[in-house]
Amino acid sequence: MDLVIILSTLDATIRLSTPLLLACLAGLYSERAGVFDIGLEGKMLAAAFGAAAVAAVTNNVWLGLLAGVGVSLSTSALQGAAAITLKGNQLIAGVAINMLAAGLTTFLGIQWFAQGGRTPALTPDSRFGNMTLPFADELAGVPVLGQIYSELISGHNLLVYIAFLAVPITWFVLYRTRFGLRLRAVGENPKAVDTAGISVIALRYQAVLITGLLCGLAGAFFSIAQGSGFGNNMTAGKGFIALAALIFAKWKPVPAMFTCLLFGFLDALQIRLQNTDIFGVTVPVQAIQALPYILTVVLLAGFIGKAVGPKAGGVAYTKER
Amino acid sequence: MSTLRPLPRWADILLLPIINLALAFIVSGIVVFSIGQNPLAALEAIVGGAFGNGYNFGYTLYYSTNFIFTGLAVAVAAHAGLFNIGGNGQAYIAGLGVILVALPMQFMPWWLTFPVAILAGAAVGGFWAFIPGWLQAKRGSHVVITTIMFNFIAAAIMVYMVVNVLKPDGVMAPESAMIAPEGRMPKLGAFIPWFKNTDVNFTLLLALACLVGVYILIWHTRFGYAMRALGHNPTASNYAGMSNSRIIMIVMTLSGALAGMVAVNQVVGVQYRLVLDYVADAGFVGIAVALMGRNHPVGILFAALLFGALYQGGNELQYVIPGLSKEMVVVIQALVILFTGAMEGMFRPGLQRMFGLFAPAPKPDAPPAVAAKES
Repeated sequence: MDLVIILSTLDATIRLSTPLLLACLAGLYSERAGVFDIGLEGKMLAAAFGAAAVAAVTNNVWLGLLAGVGVSLSTSALQGAAAITLKGNQLIAGVAINMLAAGLTTFLGIQWFAQGGRTPALTPDSRFGNMTLPFADELAGVPVLGQIYSELISGHNLLVYIAFLAVPITWFVLYRTRFGLRLRAVGENPKAVDTAGISVIALRYQAVLITGLLCGLAGAFFSIAQGSGFGNNMTAGKGFIALAALIFAKWKPVPAMFTCLLFGFLDALQIRLQNTDIFGVTVPVQAIQALPYILTVVLLAGFIGKAVGPKAGGVAYTKER
Repeated sequence: MSTLRPLPRWADILLLPIINLALAFIVSGIVVFSIGQNPLAALEAIVGGAFGNGYNFGYTLYYSTNFIFTGLAVAVAAHAGLFNIGGNGQAYIAGLGVILVALPMQFMPWWLTFPVAILAGAAVGGFWAFIPGWLQAKRGSHVVITTIMFNFIAAAIMVYMVVNVLKPDGVMAPESAMIAPEGRMPKLGAFIPWFKNTDVNFTLLLALACLVGVYILIWHTRFGYAMRALGHNPTASNYAGMSNSRIIMIVMTLSGALAGMVAVNQVVGVQYRLVLDYVADAGFVGIAVALMGRNHPVGILFAALLFGALYQGGNELQYVIPGLSKEMVVVIQALVILFTGAMEGMFRPGLQRMFGLFAPAPKPDAPPAVAAKES
């Protein structure tokens, strides 16, 4: 393969990794705080719909983004109410959120826009266009490095850069701030946090809302950045791949980025390898599609390293007994 | 924190689910109302579409058949403290087993094919749940995550198998060859003309048998006791000499086998071939059914009927009231899961307080009432 093909595959990798990365970091906050979240998919889907619907109606990409994040935040609040305040089963709350999002987005979409669940196609004003980074055009002529800069690093939309910026920010928040320390503590030993006079409930709500914010961005990426409009079930299980990536990355931000890039690469490869032979063998695309899930299961089983989640994850905190 | 007395049994298994169901319907009604439609007319259309005549009711029962299996699958696992969220994948991949025995046996009478198809579906579906069970028992991987992953892996395998292996040459649609009429399960309409030519078939009887079987298994066998002990307190069951890992593996296999019966209904009972995505999220409906039915076969029967009616009624809804799509049913189902499963804590304490007012105060020397659901 020559450089152009490699670059275009990697370029697709970055694009395909972005929603995974946003959703993966989203899940990281929630799960690090001890709230399992299998509702990432639903929050993204709801956000994608909210963003596309508002962007289509107002013709304003920022209002669309705001709506997407708003929808995702309120979904998170609902999930928080169930899983934190009412001490309901966190997993079941996630299932309910996923189903609610799948049903409501299609139902309202058909009702509002009468296009079989699709939102109207967006104009260039109402979606995030690709940005050209400074000097990208000038450097495009420089062999290799210039090409990498102009082809691979430049020319993505805003949300892509936000996603990759969120990695160092998350690392900093998690490991270098008081909030991050408390967040990690509340996922490992909420009793200790409570004893120190810090509210477990408040911390978990904060975490869940950050999850909502990031899922909102991920959802908006689908409908008003990568695509131009919402389509039925457009997140297509990416929320679960993000969940897999989170486990694969052992709930750590930097490994999360590399895992999402790996899973994004597999996705890009799968698109590129449609019906091509490698060494005379046709690799079924389904095998590549299933690879992220298989890898995660293998890791979870402890055959390649060991993924151990936050200790207090999945259990609502009860102050007294 | 004041300890609340547990609810009377009838309130726990009947009143609470009904309140939660009513709430789910009210919220759905508000959604329908907010988009300018009449919720009562929608309800009427759903009820009419589900029970209006033999044709409608036949389809309701066909959907219920699937939901009984997936509901039981979730419930059996739940009694052992396991959350099998992989019913979809297990039901899907079981179709492979069913079609692989049904096609070679297609010219034999259906009553020979039926039991073999059941065994094949149970074996493949059970195997697909056994692996997550084994991983949970022996390697400590969380069964919820692995079953989610297995749903996706199953989907990938099935697309590959149907498109690349099972699809006969010259057929465009991604589906296997048809099963000859001899090997097809008779429809109930052949015996009860009222059902006309609807999809409800002999598999319904299998579903009813499974309900009874699960009831006996859970409450009247040694193994049922062991799995419930595990579900209540793994440390205690281990201390009592039971092998937790063995129970986990058996329970997951059983759960997957039950989910696999959906494939029997779909492949030899309705479609007579293997198509893509025939499970249509029945595995997830099973979660709602098990929650609603309180993991008890009787409850599951009624909950499966309810959801079967909702699905069939939802299909008719879009023809009666243009603009209201069948996704309304998915919303109702999600709200049922939300209210009965995740937000159960909303009404329980209030109800407990209410019942506490009428109940005689416990004697001081009596053992303290068990605190409300805490874990």
